[in-house]
Amino acid sequence: MKDLSSRSKLSYLPLTDADRALMLKTIGVPDTDALFEQIPKEARLGRPPDLPAGMAEQDVVSICEGIAARNRHLADLTCFLGAGAYDHYVPAVVESIVSRSEFATTYTPYQPEASQGVLQSIYEYQSLICALTEMEVSNASLYDAATAIGEAAVMAYSVTGRSRVLVSKAVHPHYRQVLRTYVSGLDMQVEEIDYSEGVTSAGLLPARLSEDAACVIVQYPNFFGCVEPLAPLTEAAHSVGALMIVCVDPIALGLLTPPGAFGADIVVGEGQALGVNIGFGGPYLGLFACRMEHVWHIPGRIVGATVDAEGRRSYTLTLQTREQHIRREKATSNICTNQALVALAATVYLSALGKNGLSHVAELCFQKAHYARDAIAERDGFSLPWPAPFFKEFVVKSEKPVSEINRKLLDNGIIGGLDLGQYYPELKNHVLICVTEKRTKEEIDRMVELL
Amino acid sequence: MMREETLIYEISRPGRVGCALSDLDVPATEIRNELQEKYIRERLPLPEVSEPDVVRHFTRLSQRQFSIDTNFYPLGSCTMKYNPKVNERIAGSPGFAMLHPLQPEETCQGALALMYELERYLAEIAGMEAVTLQPAAGAQGELTGIMMIKAYHRSKGDDGRKVILVPDSAHGTNPATAARSGYQVRKVPSNARGTVDLDALRELVGPDVAGMMLTNPNTLGLFEEDVIEICETVHEAGGLMYCDGANMNAILGRSRPGDMGFDVMHFNLHKTFSTPHGGGGPGAGPVAAKEFLRPFLPVPVMDNIDQEYRLNYDIPLSIGRMHSFYGNFLVMVRAYAYIRSLGAQGMLEVSESAVLNANYLMAKLREVYHVPYDNLCMHEFVASAKEHKKRGVRAMDIAKRLLDFGFHAPTIYFPLIVEEALMIEPTETESKETLDAFIEAMIEIDRESKEAPEMVTNSPHETTVRRVDEATAARRLNLRCVGE
Repeated sequence: MKDLSSRSKLSYLPLTDADRALMLKTIGVPDTDALFEQIPKEARLGRPPDLPAGMAEQDVVSICEGIAARNRHLADLTCFLGAGAYDHYVPAVVESIVSRSEFATTYTPYQPEASQGVLQSIYEYQSLICALTEMEVSNASLYDAATAIGEAAVMAYSVTGRSRVLVSKAVHPHYRQVLRTYVSGLDMQVEEIDYSEGVTSAGLLPARLSEDAACVIVQYPNFFGCVEPLAPLTEAAHSVGALMIVCVDPIALGLLTPPGAFGADIVVGEGQALGVNIGFGGPYLGLFACRMEHVWHIPGRIVGATVDAEGRRSYTLTLQTREQHIRREKATSNICTNQALVALAATVYLSALGKNGLSHVAELCFQKAHYARDAIAERDGFSLPWPAPFFKEFVVKSEKPVSEINRKLLDNGIIGGLDLGQYYPELKNHVLICVTEKRTKEEIDRMVELL
Repeated sequence: MMREETLIYEISRPGRVGCALSDLDVPATEIRNELQEKYIRERLPLPEVSEPDVVRHFTRLSQRQFSIDTNFYPLGSCTMKYNPKVNERIAGSPGFAMLHPLQPEETCQGALALMYELERYLAEIAGMEAVTLQPAAGAQGELTGIMMIKAYHRSKGDDGRKVILVPDSAHGTNPATAARSGYQVRKVPSNARGTVDLDALRELVGPDVAGMMLTNPNTLGLFEEDVIEICETVHEAGGLMYCDGANMNAILGRSRPGDMGFDVMHFNLHKTFSTPHGGGGPGAGPVAAKEFLRPFLPVPVMDNIDQEYRLNYDIPLSIGRMHSFYGNFLVMVRAYAYIRSLGAQGMLEVSESAVLNANYLMAKLREVYHVPYDNLCMHEFVASAKEHKKRGVRAMDIAKRLLDFGFHAPTIYFPLIVEEALMIEPTETESKETLDAFIEAMIEIDRESKEAPEMVTNSPHETTVRRVDEATAARRLNLRCVGE
């Protein structure tokens, strides 16, 4: 028998002892142990699991707050670190909508009649992502940018029947690592293309391209923050029939010509910047959009508009015969659960900012980053390695080790930029600095003074 | 009858904006001096709406949606249990939500400690030693685990194993994952009891088998009683055993895949550990593995050196990285809070109530619905509408009619080995009153199927839209709207 003090901790479990007794009688077993008799004795644990004892709600809060207090967070620190995770402003309206439990506590919309809210929001998400990237079809989301690149490469393999993947070294190093993992089980090869002067070398690319190339993958702006010359790169890829895959920062597309306008075949990206908490790296949002001609090769969920039995506009998951629950081992991907609630955040963000707001945020980032770059370039001991155009991140070369600079900044409540030497041995003493619209002139000036 | 909800683009009017933004506080540079003309965007066809427009639009959409907080949601294999509110409060703390993944390790020791402890808890629940939290969902956990199996065989110089065995009752992600990892899929039949046919398995294993994926309890809600022999059979042939942990809720704290003989498994934190499913994610699919598979875990792995936590990338045999950073961290925070809330005793109470609720539903519904596997069940069971089909009423119709009663439908037409399947999983967070109301609705629908079948076949009647034409959606693709 359990005493009241242990039961009182289990506020999520509504069955009373009287309920249990009645239910066991209905089932026709003497006790709940009988329900577990189908588990062979050798497979039973036979002791309680070695876990801490349960506790009251207020104690859980206090324990978790204690853990959180051992972190220094961006509400207190000034962040000039980007590299794939960005400290953009999250409007209150985004948090308000995504915390609605009708959205948060529902499952994948398998029953459209009970899920028009989520389905319409995904349809709107797909519409907004297509508008932003200038592509023709978007899926309902993937896990993050890295896995979206992995899925895009596999899709290029299935579209072209070719196995060579060319990826720029100016693509985020983590994304390239995930790409390698994602294709490792398949008969595919990944080769890297060098950068020069901060951008993928459009001059070097043609020599590496041949009729066996499935795709070329670049990032826009790239890992160094530079704006890739998408026009000649896309032309080079297409000249041998390879697909052009472009990984974007969606905020930058408030200002930059979208990849679709240059003829990109697949646009992927990291959607975290669109109103999603930076959250120590996740949950994030993998953007994925492509041309209609490749619609049957798309990984993941897609929502389509249709009508109900009375002719009313309605929405449903569609093209499901691509997916694992129907096609099993012949599916375009194994993905099932994706990032729907994060996609909702992006949908609300893009709606709230809209045409004028997104271009305004993009311009704020661009201007503040350029102001910071110019201020740093004037400091002794700092120089700019490359003339390439950039958006909100830029690379600075320092005479001092980056770790020394960042130590001093951290002592003053500032998270400095990324030490590129960790990822690129040739870029020792190079730092990647990010300036979003959240950084004020005062914060930028203070950071520059401390260099 | 509810009217259609307008699209966000349809309420757009030039000049509106839904968030007040700051002015530029630094001297402006001329963009055209920095960027070539062709890289400067000309049109940005996003909507223009005010903040009240946005709030009303999405709030109205939310009202066209079933969810756990509004409806009983007995969707089999999905473990739609209540999502505790305190977990949301904790995950929203700036000390978790506002951390940069690349900030110095000395400034995020709390986050790393939480991940390390969660790994230890999951290892204990799995009966295994090594854990990665990186996979973002169950299917990605499967991919991670199968890639680890592949890396293991390769490390032994064994490249000849090309096959993964998958039971015919498996989730679709299992064969899809095996194929994505470069394996051929070999199907293992179920026996008359609904579990793996051990004799057939013995015929199907061999030196070409890399491993087997098995869900236990399986998708019929039955514990694989021969699991120990199954694992031994595959091990004897040199293969490894992968456990799809989708149904861990049934055996939480009572039976551990590691003790059954499995080598590697994934959890679904959004099922077993109560994190909200969000309409299709974000979830999290941590993978646990036996000690001998630790060298193959994705990077980075967590190290704890005298209570100082760090991320270790120096794992030579690692399968590589699976995620941009460390996985869905804020989902992990919620699962951590859940485990701390319930504790060891709570885990046992969860599985006990989950199994009791499912057996109660099965005992009551068996009187009117065919239940093909007539054992006691674990956390879920599968009924069949094959008798109803004779009257022209299919599982799909019953599912839709349930929506009129305010209940989400069970999983239907799965597992594939049951005709007209209705897979029902109540979870432990439902009261007897809710179960009784659901039973009444199912009995009423059965009665309608005899007396007024069109009431069922024309359903739903009470939802925001009537039966949605999925065939037209697939035939005339309309996958986006276009703005100005």
